[in-house]
Amino acid sequence: MSDRAFTHAIWGAALLVACTFFWLLGDLIWRGVPHLSWQFFISAPSNAGRAGGIAPILVSTLLILAVAMAAAIPLGLGAAVWLAEYAQHKVALGRAVRLSLDVLAGVPSIVFGLFGNAFFSMFLGLGFSILSGGLTLACMILPIFIRTSEAGLSSIGADWRQSAAALGMTRATALWHILLRAAAPSIVAGFILGMGRATAETAALIFTSGYVDRMPGSLSDSGRSLAVHIYDLSMNVTGGDAAAYASALVLVLLIVAINSSAFALSDRWMTRRITLS
Amino acid sequence: MKLLSDEPVTTYTVGDVEPGPPCCDPVPHLRVTNLSVAYDATTVLDDVSLDINKGCITALIGPSGCGKTSFLSALNRLTDLIPGARVQGRIQFEDTNLLGADVDVMALRRRIGMIFQKPNPFPLSIRRNLELPLREHGVHHRDQLAHKIETALRDVGLWHEVSNRLDSPALALSGGQQQRLCIARALILEPTILLMDEPCSALDPISSGVVEELIQRLRGRYTVVIVTHNLAQARRIANYAAFFWMKERVGKLIEFGRSQCLFETPINPLTAAYVAGVSG
Amino acid sequence: MISSRRNSLSQWNADQRLAPLLALLAAGAALILLLVVGFLIHEAWPVLNAGGWQRFFADDNWYPLEGRFGLLSMVWATFAAAFGAVLLAVPLGLAGAIFQCFYAPPAIAKLYRSVLALLAGIPSVVYGLWGLTVLVPLVAHWQPLGTSLLSAILILALMILPTVTLTSATALGAVPKSLLNGAAALGLTQKGTILGVTVPAARNGILSGILLATVRALGETMAVLMVAGNVVQNPTSLFEPVRVLTANIALEMAYATGTHRAGLFASGLLLTSLVLLLAWLAARVTDNLRHV
Repeated sequence: MSDRAFTHAIWGAALLVACTFFWLLGDLIWRGVPHLSWQFFISAPSNAGRAGGIAPILVSTLLILAVAMAAAIPLGLGAAVWLAEYAQHKVALGRAVRLSLDVLAGVPSIVFGLFGNAFFSMFLGLGFSILSGGLTLACMILPIFIRTSEAGLSSIGADWRQSAAALGMTRATALWHILLRAAAPSIVAGFILGMGRATAETAALIFTSGYVDRMPGSLSDSGRSLAVHIYDLSMNVTGGDAAAYASALVLVLLIVAINSSAFALSDRWMTRRITLS
Repeated sequence: MKLLSDEPVTTYTVGDVEPGPPCCDPVPHLRVTNLSVAYDATTVLDDVSLDINKGCITALIGPSGCGKTSFLSALNRLTDLIPGARVQGRIQFEDTNLLGADVDVMALRRRIGMIFQKPNPFPLSIRRNLELPLREHGVHHRDQLAHKIETALRDVGLWHEVSNRLDSPALALSGGQQQRLCIARALILEPTILLMDEPCSALDPISSGVVEELIQRLRGRYTVVIVTHNLAQARRIANYAAFFWMKERVGKLIEFGRSQCLFETPINPLTAAYVAGVSG
Repeated sequence: MISSRRNSLSQWNADQRLAPLLALLAAGAALILLLVVGFLIHEAWPVLNAGGWQRFFADDNWYPLEGRFGLLSMVWATFAAAFGAVLLAVPLGLAGAIFQCFYAPPAIAKLYRSVLALLAGIPSVVYGLWGLTVLVPLVAHWQPLGTSLLSAILILALMILPTVTLTSATALGAVPKSLLNGAAALGLTQKGTILGVTVPAARNGILSGILLATVRALGETMAVLMVAGNVVQNPTSLFEPVRVLTANIALEMAYATGTHRAGLFASGLLLTSLVLLLAWLAARVTDNLRHV
């Protein structure tokens, strides 16, 4: 193949990929927008979701995310701090924890669904509930949140730790007032990465938080997430495609909003760092 | 648990006090005997004994990697932070062996402050940088905090430069200002001993001069132990000097004495060669 | 001389308590893996205990209600879909990465990159929805039915393309400029430089990106479930419907009880082992390459 043919092939492949993706995005907007309206956001689904809106589904989605984050943040932050600050004194345990998290990160999401169903729903008796679903997602996003936060904490040089110690400050004070604040951008990035993944998740939720599309009354009620709603509309409801595309558009916009806030945050942090040092 | 004790609280300004008495009548403040430091299996400092005299400036000189910084870190137990570090020997401070297992390390570090090579103010405001260690050691009263902060900043000659922007980020200060802030942050805890690890080497010549002058003014009020690679500087400011050298990959104390003697009439030929080689 | 017992001692103690507390949290996070594996085994036990793991491969087909638990055809379908997708996504992804790093004008490269980053974040259920409503009818035009192995491969390929492209582009971008200048100085063409110098130099990063994508394709549920037709049979033709392991779990968990449910947990265990085996191999391979 000549150099010119190679150039053409590369441009061709890139163009093919770009076209396919614009086709997908175009369809999403083209088919989703007509069904969108203010009513869509504030009313309950009717006629199995073909008509009506997604209000209870949005509420359930946000509640599931909130439960997942409330469980993952304290546990994850504690683990990340331990890995970054204390694990060098317990090398074997540190290695075991990291390995375990890396393996956990590779477990398919449907398997988390199985586990969540067996552990949270049945064993702990939480049933099909927002709590079960949120906790299952927490387990799923924990590895990425911990490893991102740990990387942030580890990238802070020894300077501040040393000078804090030399001033007779306890490690707790140094952590709380200095190190966690300095690592905040990575911690936030890990948090938002986890959020994005949790928002997109379907398979882990079908058998944990369930299908019920009513407005949840409490965390122990079953609640249908947006992703599960799309799945149900497209697979089980004939004529649900329009509503499915509208829901998909909302879901994608939600994820884009989450991701771009992460980028904005890390950008702001970078510029601040550069101007100061 | 054996505890180090606080001296009665006194506030003073370094700027207005005359430098202390020349150290003609040395009183040991820290007595180091048979100090060895090892990281895992590697010994970096072997069997060092010397007295650090009260109110004097003691300079530690010698090539890189001969254990000067390890020596300094052992004095305030900063070696505790390094996994695998083992410190043996005895460091007598008042009536306590600092290396004892029952020493309250946090209280010890309040009494023995440390300044690092690279200025390392916390990524907080100037005020918070000084407030944080004070609060950590139990000073919470607003007026007291404000008074101590002003005193410490005046001590290092920074008050006029920053008094109108105490709440701006400390990292926005220049390198020399940052280092003086770090010194103020150490002084604010009212230590009696200051350990300095090449405090001027990361600074430009002018800032370096300002900090050196500041160190001069600390003499008499504080016991200063300073690691420096700048022999001219050691000569200018030190009352005592200790020369470290690597022997068979292990750091050793070769010679210790009055700075003037060590620089002008060294006893050990290694010292003579080093002092002559670097300065001449 | 006054003792400083009041302040420093209590804070020191708080500090002493912090380390074990944090270690407990870290151990807790690590224990989730044991919990997951433990519960999978516990739930799968009735089946494992009754007939041993061999039956998953020895039984001729998947009729869990009749006590026949042959997973083999679904395992083949899983592999066929995943590797078909990888086969398709790797050349396209690599070409896209090369385009982005060496051919595209900066503005277009940046646009390309941000579109791919956007697509990497799109939920699999949305890919599935698009596949079901757009791709499957297209395939059906050509060969009836449409829900087939081919649709699964196409959708999976689309899903993992951003991963392959983004990781490959990062690896290509990390190749030192001096190496490229050296190649240019030897009078190599751009094609020669890229294929002969840059891609081999970046192979570790490219390979680990491909393996990451493979892991993702193997573990994907929704997108495949929605377009593959879900008939349990060996993948003999691109146009026949197939059922993959993940889809099987998602489809049958809703009503499975007793040994049927146990069989699904066992298939989850098998799926996890496959994915982890691949991840482990990937780590070994990249490690070995690094030492060459």
